Amino acid sequence: MDAKAETVANAVSWPDALYDLLRRSGVTQFAYVPDAGHKVLINRALADRDAQAIALTTEEEGVALLAGADLGGGRGVLLMQSSGVGNCINMLSLVKGGRFPFLMLISMRGDFGEGNPWQYPMGQAVEPVLDAMGVICLRAERPEDVAATVAAALTMVFQSGQAVAVLLTQKLIGAKKF
Amino acid sequence: MAKVEQAVGQAVMAPVFALDRLQAVPALIGRHEDFLIIAGLAGTARDLTALTNDGAHVYGLAGVMGAAAMMGLGLALAKPERRILVVTGDGELLMNLGALATIAVLNPPNLSIVCVDNGHYGETGYQESHTSRGVDLEKIALGCGLKVARTISREDEIAAGHRLIREGNGTAFVLLRVKPTEPPNFKRNMDPAYCRERFRAALGVA
Repeated sequence: MDAKAETVANAVSWPDALYDLLRRSGVTQFAYVPDAGHKVLINRALADRDAQAIALTTEEEGVALLAGADLGGGRGVLLMQSSGVGNCINMLSLVKGGRFPFLMLISMRGDFGEGNPWQYPMGQAVEPVLDAMGVICLRAERPEDVAATVAAALTMVFQSGQAVAVLLTQKLIGAKKF
Repeated sequence: MAKVEQAVGQAVMAPVFALDRLQAVPALIGRHEDFLIIAGLAGTARDLTALTNDGAHVYGLAGVMGAAAMMGLGLALAKPERRILVVTGDGELLMNLGALATIAVLNPPNLSIVCVDNGHYGETGYQESHTSRGVDLEKIALGCGLKVARTISREDEIAAGHRLIREGNGTAFVLLRVKPTEPPNFKRNMDPAYCRERFRAALGVA
């Protein structure tokens, strides 16, 4: 590797490493409701000829989409903000009742250092709501935790058939400035 | 003059819910083995499980209202070499209209959606749905950007729909208007996890 390539490789951010990890694990469907916390993953999926970036109008569409993908042997991930968790609740009946493997990456709001009071009710309800619907929550707090946390989630989902949400906390992604 | 225009407008615009679903749905679909099928909860799940004798190539829902179209999209993207058919009702589709927008943006050529529109919520006592009150799901599908959309409300139109759901020129949407009468009385397997495994095993992806 020449010096320039090495510099580029060392500069790879955790979102880029995360995208590569998901792709290596056979994930091809990237369903998303846009969020700044998922910008890199969304842009990488849009630019990837061997993956599909699926823009949703509401998060619950993504739950149904990924169950359909699984019926055909496909793997996907739902990228969304914590506000969308409430939109998913009834649709998660499909995941729990059908024992569909299911992976969601949730960028948190209403969490560590949040400056917008409107974000707290749903942000603080994320874990109890997901727990009630049978989705296991794993929190990633530091950049160096992200790859290991998502790697664990990938095993739990695609090897053990579980439903797992990785919460990308505001300690990790930073609270939005107002 | 205004009166005449109104009368003409009504003659053209009033939706006709005349077909019998017990004949129209099987006639429209034809050889069901041509498709992998997602059937929306209640009436259409009964239509399709009865038609296929609870076939492994049908995933019939009995909950998660609003899921059918998006499950079809996920399956269509995962299995581009197969034809995917979503069969759902007007009430089920109305609950998640955004799915038509999401599907139209991707426009997978191997996906077709049939909405069996009886203008009512049959499962809960035949309350009128929005489609009995002026909402036109074909226009919504077209407005979302789907290029292939057709309403079928007469027997002599069914053959065209039968062809349309097998063509590959982008996602096709067929609105099949039927009378608000009972779907087949068919007892199917209601275990969603069992049906998932059965579907995947039949496809060889288990």
